[in-house]
Amino acid sequence: MEVSSKETRIQQDTSGIVIKIVAYIFITLFTLACLIPFIIVISTSFTSESYIIKHGYQLIPRQFTVFAYKLIAADPQYLIGSYVVTILNTLIGTTVGLFLIAMTGYALQRPDFPYRNTISFYIYFTTLFSGGLVPYYLLVTQVLHLKDNYLAILLPSLMSPWLIILMKNFMKSIPHSITESAKIDGAGDFTIFVRIILPMAKPALATVGLFLALGYWNEWYNAMLFLSSSVKYVPLQLFLYNVVSKADFIRNSAAAANVPPQDIPMESMKMATAVAATGPIILVYPFVQKYFIKGITVGAVKG
Amino acid sequence: MNLPANSSRMSYKSKSRFSKLRNSKTLLLMCMPAIIFFFVFSYIPMPGLYIAFVDYRYDLGIFKSPFVGLSNFKFLVISGDLWRLTRNTVLYNIAFILVGSIVEILIAILLNEIAAQRYRKVTQTIMLFPNFISYVLVGLIAYNFLNYDYGVINNLLKNFGAEPIDFYSNPNLWPFIIVATRIWKGAGYGSVIYFATITNIDPEIIESALIDGASTFQKIRYIILPLLKPTFVILLLFSLGGILRGDFGLFYNLVGSNNSILFEKTDIIETFVFRSLMNNFNFSLASAVSFYQSVFGFFIVTFANWLIKKIEPEYALF
Repeated sequence: MEVSSKETRIQQDTSGIVIKIVAYIFITLFTLACLIPFIIVISTSFTSESYIIKHGYQLIPRQFTVFAYKLIAADPQYLIGSYVVTILNTLIGTTVGLFLIAMTGYALQRPDFPYRNTISFYIYFTTLFSGGLVPYYLLVTQVLHLKDNYLAILLPSLMSPWLIILMKNFMKSIPHSITESAKIDGAGDFTIFVRIILPMAKPALATVGLFLALGYWNEWYNAMLFLSSSVKYVPLQLFLYNVVSKADFIRNSAAAANVPPQDIPMESMKMATAVAATGPIILVYPFVQKYFIKGITVGAVKG
Repeated sequence: MNLPANSSRMSYKSKSRFSKLRNSKTLLLMCMPAIIFFFVFSYIPMPGLYIAFVDYRYDLGIFKSPFVGLSNFKFLVISGDLWRLTRNTVLYNIAFILVGSIVEILIAILLNEIAAQRYRKVTQTIMLFPNFISYVLVGLIAYNFLNYDYGVINNLLKNFGAEPIDFYSNPNLWPFIIVATRIWKGAGYGSVIYFATITNIDPEIIESALIDGASTFQKIRYIILPLLKPTFVILLLFSLGGILRGDFGLFYNLVGSNNSILFEKTDIIETFVFRSLMNNFNFSLASAVSFYQSVFGFFIVTFANWLIKKIEPEYALF
């Protein structure tokens, strides 16, 4: 008896230890895989062009230089303009979108709202069936006349069925009796929503808000579709796309800084622009992560 | 006798309908922005699918362009495009779902075995980073690794004395590159849901199993994995509905719109539609593909929903 119980304990320990070792190795490797590309981008942005051409992209900056950043700073108007477009878009889009989504989500989960299923289906149906890109393109350009208008990158991303469903599921977890007792006290539906529900729904607001903010910060698709080159300032990610895919963007800013063509640090400037375009959203993330993980969990598991 | 009873019931019904409307006026108004929003951006474009059946002329508009019936579709079938696009889109999605789920579940389970709280938090945070960047940056990062001259992979190969690989002219490598990139971007995020499911498992179940002498492996095999199954099934069915929908940003930024050498293996419905519209100005062809995607996709979603209803009625979408 004693021997066998000892044996099982040993067995349990070995499989536990093996899995623990595997866990640490796998998680560490995957984490490194997620981290190293970012380090390479940052590091390359600080590496001299001649070194990159000879030895390729680097994990640690070699022949350290801030030349690429200096060149960007020498002709900063496009980058600053892009920042302004993206920041304004993110702020307005997130605030307005979040409010509208929360309002819809709250109404749609109210058990005493007789049209909740009809409207839910009306919203959900748009994920099942769509007109596709061509009619959408014609709508924005010919019907709404939003070509080259910043509204074309602001409006279409305000709401999405998925975010409304997420919000609705979260709001469901707030007991209906709170609404009911507020009603008895004479509060109207909108007042209840603004004064009682919104303050209680902080994790959901943080989650959906982060989704919206991410969407706006990373927006390039609508911008690429609807903003032609006649628009002076494009959002950051489209700016980055242009820098990466069209060499003349870098040449222009180098020319503005009187740098001869052969000395333009093409590769490090791409990376420096990427750092500039991405930085802020990753810096914000750790502050909302707690809410974010809680929010996707609540919203997603309950489907 | 019947009539008055009937009419009184009707008037009661219509009165209740009116009072229903009046009582929920505010809630209805609160939904109004969403109703208008989806009407404008989603419902108005739907009839536009009619473009698929005309030879679209910019000067005439959708409904005055000459009607050509199914000839756009015929062209797509004969040219082989429709088959290639369907095959690529569906196969990529299946790979994303299967490989993605395996990696996500693996991360969640292994993360759960890591006892050091701080290490777990830090790694989880870092694993979510790729989810936060735009596909433009993802494209640039992929280029960092795959670039023939300075790329990280070819750099390593050269250091070991091997021949560099020209990724951008070798279509057969791209299914692996695209799936790996997608997993890289999404796995950390996807594992959050599985990890949450594991942390929600009643600790008593696990404790009593351990007291009964279950090994860690047995705990994972016989307790955690079965409890993850419902989450997996639901996520699987959800993604089944989107199997004809591709991830445009991923493919476009990785492959670009000009590298036609790779298209055989990398072209999906979305990239084809985008190219037809923006590069070739072939509105009708682009619309025909979208039409096919919408109708066919609709049937798949309906089927997926029917399956959900059978397996887990609570999760049905409609």
